[in-house]
Amino acid sequence: MEKILFYIFSSVIIIFSIMCVTSRRILRAAVFLLFVLLSAAGIFFMMSYHFLAAVQITIYAGGIIVLFIFSIMLTSHVDEKLEAPAFKKVYFSFMACLLGACLTIFAFLKYEFPIPSSKQPVNSMQVIGKSLLNYESGGYALPFEVISILLLAAIVGTIMITRRDETK
Amino acid sequence: MIEGIGIENILIVNTLLFFIGIYGFLTRKNLVTILMSVELILTAVNINFVAFNKYYYPENLQGHFFALFVIAVAATEAAVAIAIIISLYRRIKVIDVERADEMKY
Repeated sequence: MEKILFYIFSSVIIIFSIMCVTSRRILRAAVFLLFVLLSAAGIFFMMSYHFLAAVQITIYAGGIIVLFIFSIMLTSHVDEKLEAPAFKKVYFSFMACLLGACLTIFAFLKYEFPIPSSKQPVNSMQVIGKSLLNYESGGYALPFEVISILLLAAIVGTIMITRRDETK
Repeated sequence: MIEGIGIENILIVNTLLFFIGIYGFLTRKNLVTILMSVELILTAVNINFVAFNKYYYPENLQGHFFALFVIAVAATEAAVAIAIIISLYRRIKVIDVERADEMKY
């Protein structure tokens, strides 16, 4: 059962990501990206990282996709078709990616992975919350604060960039 | 771990997703679609972090937290990039990478 689910999720990821990078209608590409991100959340659920899957759905599928769709609506006509990329560009990019993918897959198929550890997983919400605010060894308080500062800087920067110039 | 699925299977899916993202990054001209390819790449890396965490170190949560921080950085990056794209569109009315060369010189 879990095997079948995993194969469904991974084939959805591969098929829709290919459609996302080749579709010539830009709004459809955004919807295909949404399917890819939702299947990634499904894989997180299968590994029983429920919190991460919920974050993936709310931030990626909920937030970023809406942002993308808004920016598409603001910058291009809805049923406008993008021009197809030049054949030479497609050919060389495809060859480069194929080479890279073959090399990577070959490299890790040669490697003997150790047997997965059978220790008891700790991923309850309580453990996650406690270690995010723990400032002793093994805690994540510093990266948490750094991410907060980054979000603040991003808010200020975004407002500064998109503000209309009043002096003109 | 997922029953009956080795880590190689997850790694193959992620490698394909990563290189599909790079293909989109190289061939697309519209700035918004380039940003979408970057999101594909970040998702592939995220699944990798979580898979290694789950298969080999289930008693720790390092990969889980790293994936969480990658999601946060991806969200800020998308917000700032879309702000730049919209202000570029306001100025010169195109968002093609080849025609948007006003800030180059």
